[in-house]
Amino acid sequence: MEPGDHSDHGGEQDDKPAETEPTHPLRDALTRRSALLGMGAVAGFAAVDVGGFAYAGGWLRPDTLTPLLPSRFADRFEHVYGRHDGFRRNHAKGLAATGSFASTGAGAAICRAAVFRPGAIPLVGRFSLGGGLPDQTDKPDTIRGLGLLFQTPDGQQWRTAMVNVPVFPDSTPQGFYERLLAAKPLPETGKPDPQKMAAFLDRHPETVAAMKIIKRSPPSSGFADSTFYGLNAFWFTNSAGATVPVRWSVVPQDTGGTSGPGPSPGKDYLFDDLIRTLAQRPLRWRLVLTIGEPGDPTNDATKPWPQSRRSIDAGTITITAVQTEAAGNARDINFDPLVLPDGIAASDDPLPAARSAVYARSFTRRAEEPKSPSEVNVAQVLS
Amino acid sequence: MTGETNETTTAPARFAIPSRILHWLMAPMVIAQLLIGVTMIASLSYYPLLLAIHRPLGVLILAFAVVRLANRLTHRLPPFLATMGPAERRIATWSEYLLYALLLVQPLIGWAMLSAARFPIVLVGPLHLPGIAPHDIDVYAVLRQAHSVFAFLLFATFTAHVCAVLFHTLVLRDRLLDRMALWPTKPAAPQQDETKV
Repeated sequence: MEPGDHSDHGGEQDDKPAETEPTHPLRDALTRRSALLGMGAVAGFAAVDVGGFAYAGGWLRPDTLTPLLPSRFADRFEHVYGRHDGFRRNHAKGLAATGSFASTGAGAAICRAAVFRPGAIPLVGRFSLGGGLPDQTDKPDTIRGLGLLFQTPDGQQWRTAMVNVPVFPDSTPQGFYERLLAAKPLPETGKPDPQKMAAFLDRHPETVAAMKIIKRSPPSSGFADSTFYGLNAFWFTNSAGATVPVRWSVVPQDTGGTSGPGPSPGKDYLFDDLIRTLAQRPLRWRLVLTIGEPGDPTNDATKPWPQSRRSIDAGTITITAVQTEAAGNARDINFDPLVLPDGIAASDDPLPAARSAVYARSFTRRAEEPKSPSEVNVAQVLS
Repeated sequence: MTGETNETTTAPARFAIPSRILHWLMAPMVIAQLLIGVTMIASLSYYPLLLAIHRPLGVLILAFAVVRLANRLTHRLPPFLATMGPAERRIATWSEYLLYALLLVQPLIGWAMLSAARFPIVLVGPLHLPGIAPHDIDVYAVLRQAHSVFAFLLFATFTAHVCAVLFHTLVLRDRLLDRMALWPTKPAAPQQDETKV
C-alpha cells in the first residue's frame, strides 16, 4: 500500500512517469486534508480495535483497580502453595475412582435431567484433599473433596466438586481470594499469620459464622464415611417446567464401618484406608437433593438452609474401584461445577461461575505442564 | 480459488450478491466471537455466560464458513481495482485464503479442544454435538494453545483487512468498499485518470 498523497495513476506499471500534474493549490490542499482525515480514521479504527481487544482480554487493566481475573486466582494458589507442574492448583492430592449411580427415579419429580430417571449410569470420580500441595501429609481436618462426573446415555454430563463441610467459608470469590492469602502458612510456624487471619475475619463476619457451623460437624474418620456437600444452590427444573432451588449432598451408607483401630500413622493414611476398603467391598453414598423454600439463600454458600427442608433420595452412588491418577482417568477431568445437564442451572450464587472460570484456567495450565506421578499409588498400597 | 482478472475501468464491479450477504452476516458474528473469547478468559463472573454463547456461535460460524467456502468456489471474484499494485494484490489474495482457513479451522479446534477435555459440546439446552477428538489432556493442551494462537492471528488478519479497506475507501477514495456493499451506492463518477490499461 503506497501511502502516497493521492496516487492517481493505475496500479500496474505504466511507462509514463507520473509527472505531477499542475493542479490548483486549493484542490491539492483539499485532497491532502481529506487524505489525512482518512488516515486518521484508519489509525483511529486500529487504536480502538486493538485497544478494545487488549482491554477485554485484561491486558490493559492495572492489578489494583480491576475485578478479579481467573489468572490472578490461579497465580494466588501458586503463590501460596508453590507451583507443582501437572497438578491441580487446588485439591492437588487425589485418587481417581470409578463406579455407578443407580437412580431411584424420585429426583425426576423436580428435575428433567436424564440422570434422575430410574436406572443406572456409569460414574467417574476423584477423592482429594484441599490445598495445592500434591504430596501433603493426610490430616483429619484437611478439607476432603469428592468430584463426580455423571454421564447419561443421551450424551449429557453432570459434574460436581463437593467437599466434606456443610457450608463454604466464603460467600464471594473476593472473600475466598483474600482468605487464601490470609491463611498462607508462615515458614517459621507452619501456621497462618494470626494477625493477618484476624484482620481478614474482622472484615468477613460471614466467614466467622461459617467456621462456627463447620466446627460443629467434625470430620469423620476417613473418606468412606464422609458426607460430601455440593454447597452451592442450583435451579432444578422438571419436565412440567417448575423450578426449585436445590442443594445436594452425598451421604455415606457405611457409617463408621471404616478401618479398625484409629488412623494409621502413614503419610497417606486417608487414601490408603480408602484403597484397602475398596479392595474388599464397594462403597455407597446416597445422593440427597435438598429443596429450598422461598427466602432460603441461593446466593450465599456460607449460610445453611433450615434442617426441616424437604429432601429427596435421588439414588445410590456406588464407588467400585480406585485408580492411581494417570492419563485418561479422573486426573484429566476438570470437575467444573457448571457442566450441567439440561434441567439443572446455575443460581445467583457468585461462586460457581468463579469456580468454573478458575478451574478452566487451572486445567489449561496443568494440561500444558509436564506431568509427574501422583503421591497416592494404588499398586503400592495393595502390594 | 482463482478469478482475479484485470482491473476495472469504470464503476467497481461488485462481489456476487450471495458473497456480499455472507460477508455481512459473518462479519458481526466473527467480531462478536473474538470479543467474547478474549473477554471470557479474563472474566470471573461472566465466564459461564460468555462460554454458553461462544460455543454455539462458533458452530454457527463454522456452518457459515462451509457455506461461504462453497460459495467462494462457485463464484468469480470481481477484478482488483487499479489502485492496488501487484504486491498488494498478492497480499490481499493470500490474506483472503488465510481468513477462510481460520474461519474454518478455528471453530473446529474449539470443538476438538472441548472433546479432548471430555466436555460435552453443549449448544442450547439438551442439544449437543458429539466429540471429535480423543479424550487426552495432552491433545487438549496443544489444541488449547492453537486456539489462542489462531484467535490472535484471526484478530490480526481482521484488523489488517479492515485497515486496508478503510485506507482504500477513505484515503485513496477508490470506492473499494462499494464492491462489498449491500447498500445502494452511487454510480461511479467517471475517473478519467484511472482508465488507461
